[in-house]
Amino acid sequence: MAALGSPLRTWRGLLRELRYLNAATGRPYRHTAAYRYLVKAFRAHRVTSEKLCRARHELHFQAATYLCLLRSIREHVALHQEFHGKGERSAEESAGLVGLKLPQQPGGKGWEP
Amino acid sequence: MWRSCLRLRGGGRHLLNCPRGGLTASEGPGPKPPARARAYAPPAERKRFYQNVSITQGEGGFEINLDHRKLRTPQAKLFTVPSEALAVAVATEWDSQQDTIKAYTMHLTTLCNTSLDNPTQRGKDQLIQAAAKFLDTDTVCYRVEEPETLVELQRNEWDPVIGWAERRYGVKIGSSTSIMGPSIPARTREVLVSHLASYNTWALQGIEFVVSQLKSMVLTLGLIDLHLTVEQAVLLSRLEETFQIQKWGNVEWAHDYEVWDLQARTAAGALFVHLCSESSAVKHKLLQG
Repeated sequence: MAALGSPLRTWRGLLRELRYLNAATGRPYRHTAAYRYLVKAFRAHRVTSEKLCRARHELHFQAATYLCLLRSIREHVALHQEFHGKGERSAEESAGLVGLKLPQQPGGKGWEP
Repeated sequence: MWRSCLRLRGGGRHLLNCPRGGLTASEGPGPKPPARARAYAPPAERKRFYQNVSITQGEGGFEINLDHRKLRTPQAKLFTVPSEALAVAVATEWDSQQDTIKAYTMHLTTLCNTSLDNPTQRGKDQLIQAAAKFLDTDTVCYRVEEPETLVELQRNEWDPVIGWAERRYGVKIGSSTSIMGPSIPARTREVLVSHLASYNTWALQGIEFVVSQLKSMVLTLGLIDLHLTVEQAVLLSRLEETFQIQKWGNVEWAHDYEVWDLQARTAAGALFVHLCSESSAVKHKLLQG
């Protein structure tokens, strides 16, 4: 079985992602359906006496998977907007990506319109 | 500046000369339009046209409402999903769009749409075949012969997963360094195909999606059977790339970009499979109890 760490850690991670998601709408994340559903699910399956409960492990696995989904999408969108979302780059920007600069020529290069 | 004016006049004359109604077909010799500063711009995204997202329970399952309008699939079918958790996750996807709707971040919605519309018209058997096809060219079964560190890395990381799958399903998988790939026994294929047949169509769409992302049947089974986490499965799927990155360096806009996308897709697929095959799991438990 996959080692997932403590459920509390997953729960905190999920809350953090929900806060990120709802920064867009401006509403508090506690009013969202996702928050209510997650609270319900985490409370209902809070078992303390059993050492290994299959169903509980399954739920924790799903929660961890969902956390991974939200986090990966957030990071992916950030990189997409930084590097990919704006169409083709100009020559200056392309050069800047690899740490280069276009040569400067005070009187122009002679072929500008 | 003058040159561009001349060009404009030339273009105008060309437009005046062409026959009426023939604007689209007039691609004869004439002045070409001036080259744009940017050759490619990404297509504009739709604006977020709704304020509130809510969930209602209908006859066929759970439905999503965007401001009193029901969400529909691209083929204009009513969007209904079988599980509440999935509906909540899809609603969260729609609710978390900021100003524009970024469809490429909505993997769960995409998977649900694919299952509802079934645009490729594939049945259960075809989905199973599409997934089982990856078994012959499974990533974790292809090994390299050099360099020695990578050989050792592949042996240490991939052998335990293959061993787990062999014990779990009682089959023989093995690995190979030949370019023809490993020879998978026919019985292995039969066992795995009959195992996949126990999933419903929705879950199979998800399984096929994950298999085609990870390029590996074994890793997908590990993910579906809760043996591997998403992060582990993605890392194992990109083992050689990770090794080369350690040697040659990481490029953020290519490698990291791809890792996050792959993780997001794999997580969405795995979650989709788990949520869609859940109802049968609950029934199973009730029968036992």
